[in-house]
Parts: sequence; structure tokens; C-alpha cells
Amino acid sequence: MTPRPIDRENPDRLYTVTGGRTRADENAFDSVSLIVSECEPAPGMQSEHVRILQLTRQPTAVVEISAELRLPVSVVKILLRDLLDTGRITVRHPSAALQFGRPDPETLRQVLSALQDL
Amino acid sequence: MPSKTSDDVRTPLRATALDALKIVVVGGFGVGKTTMVGSVSEIRPLSTEEVMTQASVGIDDASRVREKTTTTVAFDFGRITVTPDKVLYLFGAPGQERFWFVWDQLFAGSLGAVVLVDTRRVEDSWYSIDRLEHHRMPFVVAVNRFADGPSLDAVRDALALSPDVPLIECDARKRSSSKHVLITLVEHITRMNALSAPESTS
Repeated sequence: MTPRPIDRENPDRLYTVTGGRTRADENAFDSVSLIVSECEPAPGMQSEHVRILQLTRQPTAVVEISAELRLPVSVVKILLRDLLDTGRITVRHPSAALQFGRPDPETLRQVLSALQDL
Repeated sequence: MPSKTSDDVRTPLRATALDALKIVVVGGFGVGKTTMVGSVSEIRPLSTEEVMTQASVGIDDASRVREKTTTTVAFDFGRITVTPDKVLYLFGAPGQERFWFVWDQLFAGSLGAVVLVDTRRVEDSWYSIDRLEHHRMPFVVAVNRFADGPSLDAVRDALALSPDVPLIECDARKRSSSKHVLITLVEHITRMNALSAPESTS
């Protein structure tokens, strides 16, 4: 799949999608935070919000939402912020990111084992 | 690739997934990053992009940014289930300079990185190796062999790699070979963690 390069994206579309905002709280979401919807889409919701709530019925990483919606990761984070603030999603933060990339030895053992089983 | 939507092939994570981990494969154009990600991923690699936010301009080397142009970086990724509650994301990312402006936005907290090298363009990797060292990110270097070329020792010299950085050959098309690269990385990370073990709980 080749998404449209953002350079060729219609700037008006991105502006509309985010309501003109250019930044989310960077700390609210990691690129691999797992998002889970807590409700069904409601009538009148912005179409991107509807798509996100549908996608995240199962846990879905921020980057996967970005790929599915064909929107840059930071634009997706702004959309997610709206849904988080209104209680429509919950977030499962990556633990490794919180420890500055120092995972516990048990996690490394698990990763090694998963790779060996490939 | 066909322009059909990926909905029909989308494989969701398990409902029990709680914690996601990251490993980044960095390399120049055409060196085989997507091939490597795809050879071990449980899903067909997805692609997306990131734009550099104003916040990251100040963090990295802003002097290289001319005016306020939007910097965009495309990247792709796949994933591997680790346990019922842990999943590993593998990112393929371009090593060129502008990519490093979005490193913190996307790849902070990564376990480590693979630098994928084409021996015909070893110099493409210099900048990536410099940046990974700057970010104190554990990494290994894998030579994706396209043809006969310099020995690993010659590559190590050309990259000025320190002796403790693993340098291995691979064929990114082969799952067994890509798997070996990732195992080498995780073993390296484990060693690095042990060496720099915090003085805390003992």
C-alpha cells in the first residue's frame, strides 16, 4: 500500500480534520500506544472519529490507525486526543517507552523466545 | 501495489494485547528494510507517514531546517506477537537526515535498532550510526548482500564501528536470516542492559 505523500495532500483536508490544530499533547500517546474504543460511534460524529472507534473495537496501535486512515501519525494523535478527552477511548501505554527503552530482562527473554519461534 | 483498501486483509491484535514494543530497521533507499520487516512480520507491512512537529524542531538540529517547511517521512511497519499481552512492532525507516527529526516522535522507547547496509553504499549508513550513538540506542549492523563485496572486516573499518557492535551478514528476503539479525540484536540489548545495570535493586 502506498499512501499519498503528505506533500501532495490537500492542506485544507488536514486542517478540517483536526479543526485547525497542529499539535496534540505529545505525551498523551506513543506511536505504539494501543487504543481501545469504549463506545460505539454516535450519529453526527466526525467521520474520522467514527473510523477510529470502529477500528479500535480490538486494541489497535496508533501507527496502525494512521496507516488505515492514511493520515500522518501526529494528525491521528490530535483526533485521538478528542476521543480520550470525551471518554470514548482508553489507552494502553507501552511500558518500555516509560522506562526510556530499558525493558526488564523478562520482557527481553520473551521477545527472544518469540523470535526463536518464528 | 494495488490501491485496494487494506480492510479486507486487516488482522487485529488480540483483545488481551496490553503492551507494545518497538524495534527499528534503519537503512538507505532500496537496501531492503521493507523486505526484512515483511519477512518476519505476521501482517503484510503497512505504510504511513509522519510530519515533523514544531516541537521537534528545537530538539534536533534545527539549523538544517530552512524556513518553516513541513518535513514528512514515510515509513512502514509490521508486527510479531510476543505473548498474549505483548506485541513487537518492527519499523522500517529511511536513514536520511530528515528522518531523524521525527525519531523522538515515533521511535522514543525503542528496544534497539538494526542498521541495514548495502556494501555498494556503505557511506549511506554513517549518519544513521552517528545518530543512534547520539540517542544511546543499542544497535547491530547487518549487511544485506546483493553481490560479492568487501569483507565484514572491511565494512567494520569503513563504518568505524566499535568492536562491541555486532556486525553480521544477512539476506533480508529470508525469514531465517532476518530472524537471526533480530535475535542478535535482542541478545546485544540484553548484554548492554546487564553492563549498564542500575545500581538500584541488587
